[in-house]
Amino acid sequence: MKESRRAFLKELGGGTLALGFGLPLLDAGPWNSASGAVLPEVALPADPAVSAATQWGLVVDVEKCLQDEVRRAVMDACHREHNVPRIPDPEERVDWIWSEPLEHVFPDEVHAHTPPGVRGAPVLVLCNHCTNPPCVRVCPTAATWKREQDGIVMMDMHRCIGCRYCMAACPYGARSFNWREPRDWVQTDANGKPVSDYPTRSRGVVEKCTFCAERLRVGLPPACVEAANNVPGGEGALTFGDLTDQDSNVSRTLRERITFARRVSLGTGPNVYYILPQSIPTAAAVETV
Amino acid sequence: MIDRIFHGSRRYWALLALWTVLILCGLAAYGRQFALGLSVTGMSRDVSWGLYIAQFTFMVGVAASAVMVVLPYYLHDYKAFARTVILGEFLAVSAVIVCMLFVFVDMGQPRRVMNVLLHPRPSSLMFWDFLALGGYLVINLVIGAVTIEAERKDVKPPGWVRPLIFLSIPWAVSIHTVTAFLYSGLGARPFWMTAILAPRFLASAFAAGPSLLILLALLVRRYGGFDVGRPALQALATIVTYAMTINVFFVLVEMFTALYSAVPHDVHPFSYLLTGLEGHSALTPWTWAGNILAVVCTTLMLIPAVRHRERALALLCVGIFLALWIDKGLVLVVAGFIPSPLGVITEYAPTAVEIAVTAGVYAVGGFVLTILYKVVLSVRERLQSV
Repeated sequence: MKESRRAFLKELGGGTLALGFGLPLLDAGPWNSASGAVLPEVALPADPAVSAATQWGLVVDVEKCLQDEVRRAVMDACHREHNVPRIPDPEERVDWIWSEPLEHVFPDEVHAHTPPGVRGAPVLVLCNHCTNPPCVRVCPTAATWKREQDGIVMMDMHRCIGCRYCMAACPYGARSFNWREPRDWVQTDANGKPVSDYPTRSRGVVEKCTFCAERLRVGLPPACVEAANNVPGGEGALTFGDLTDQDSNVSRTLRERITFARRVSLGTGPNVYYILPQSIPTAAAVETV
Repeated sequence: MIDRIFHGSRRYWALLALWTVLILCGLAAYGRQFALGLSVTGMSRDVSWGLYIAQFTFMVGVAASAVMVVLPYYLHDYKAFARTVILGEFLAVSAVIVCMLFVFVDMGQPRRVMNVLLHPRPSSLMFWDFLALGGYLVINLVIGAVTIEAERKDVKPPGWVRPLIFLSIPWAVSIHTVTAFLYSGLGARPFWMTAILAPRFLASAFAAGPSLLILLALLVRRYGGFDVGRPALQALATIVTYAMTINVFFVLVEMFTALYSAVPHDVHPFSYLLTGLEGHSALTPWTWAGNILAVVCTTLMLIPAVRHRERALALLCVGIFLALWIDKGLVLVVAGFIPSPLGVITEYAPTAVEIAVTAGVYAVGGFVLTILYKVVLSVRERLQSV
């Protein structure tokens, strides 16, 4: 666990700091804040040297995520970190990272003879931080945008007018709307305060995964990646890094393994990749979170 | 001229009172939605647009259809429309107001509506729709006001209004084209992603709008003592007939492409509508009602002897308007979300709050239309009595 974190920091240092990722930020006010309460909507200062290349990416090893504990740890960590409201009504749920049956995730890869166990195999899904994101294209107020510096599809919950055009445009169902007051459904500690100091949202705005922009800023890997590595058997279930850095873990994995991305034919250029298992043990397939 | 709206018959005031009551009901329902969030609607994670955006889409068509009287009158000097054209323009004004209100009531953060202008993103069709609708409202309001004022003074309208009228013609086409592009540019929604959507929108608009205009003209003649004349009504009927025939053809073309190619992503929404999908069929009765109504009314409209009879024409116009309302104001938007891109079927039905807000918004349109038509009728009444 310590190992992987150190490796990640090294990657962050070797790959992105060298490109200047950290340099312009360290003295820029909001980025320095250790409180973590800074909104992730503030754009990084433009730096052509940086924006030329960097793109964060994630590889999901589906086999390692077949274990319930791994997926649960990942989802809980993310949702706790970002004060994501836990709304029971499936029609009004807010999800940043969640589990879907494989046939929903890869609708074009299942066929008449795909066994039910494979169709139902649980796969973690999240925002793909597309290279060519349709949600960004359609947003009338630029409340969501592709951050040039690192390719994260960002979200400004203070500018969002709640028109939900982005939800109609996203082919991955990765965007959630706050149909009701989210603050009523945020996990709280003993004092009734939200468990994380990440800003809570208001009703009527869209939200989604931001690859933990607030953690990346202070040199931490995304919460989901860290959480997976902390579960026995989940080490390496999620690999995160800079896709433009050939030496990053994520680039190496993409070179060495056969990986897939969701609905590539739509031209969105997803930056979340999947390593599919050779086979699905029947037990894992049946229970999905 | 404006003062005319404060003097009217008992019937006029009763009508305004009716609209006011409906508006108040709508406001009460909207208050609830404002307090509790869009959770009070039937919309969901999977079906994230519903009745409001569907009404917006339908009414953009009604607004655009003013061009069907403006174009023949001003471009082809078709004199029979002389008395109809202002009714079309003022119908467009009320329809655009209704459209804008439907977008507004659909917003999760209505207080931030000005962000569309403060932080515009030109790649968003919604931004362009905002501009197109706003512009169309102003253009029609100005044209209508200036021409009726000129009529009142019994002078020719000022010369500068003519270019504005010509501008309103492509502008009308643009509002509905841009609205269609809102949908047809989304790779995630194969049901909407069809090049025929914009042409189909225009065809259905040019059937639905003039149908409504015929009905309004008949009402105005009966209760307002103002007759647009039989030639105008029959010309409108011909327009409805052609537009509706083209619309039915476009729908069939679309269905052929999806169903014959048998590509699952394209077939599924049609299966959902026509037969139900995996046991879900909430929209199937509506779809069939709309389709049957459309085919029967179109066929009857094609028979001159039928549409020449005013009573039959009125009935057929009601039928066509309803059929197109089901098609665009109900089915088209919702079916785009079913199944979801992940293949999940979540059905949608509007809640009482949603229906009340919708009725309230339409009542605002009715109120505005009543006042605008009152001005027209008062001016014409005086001219006739002079």
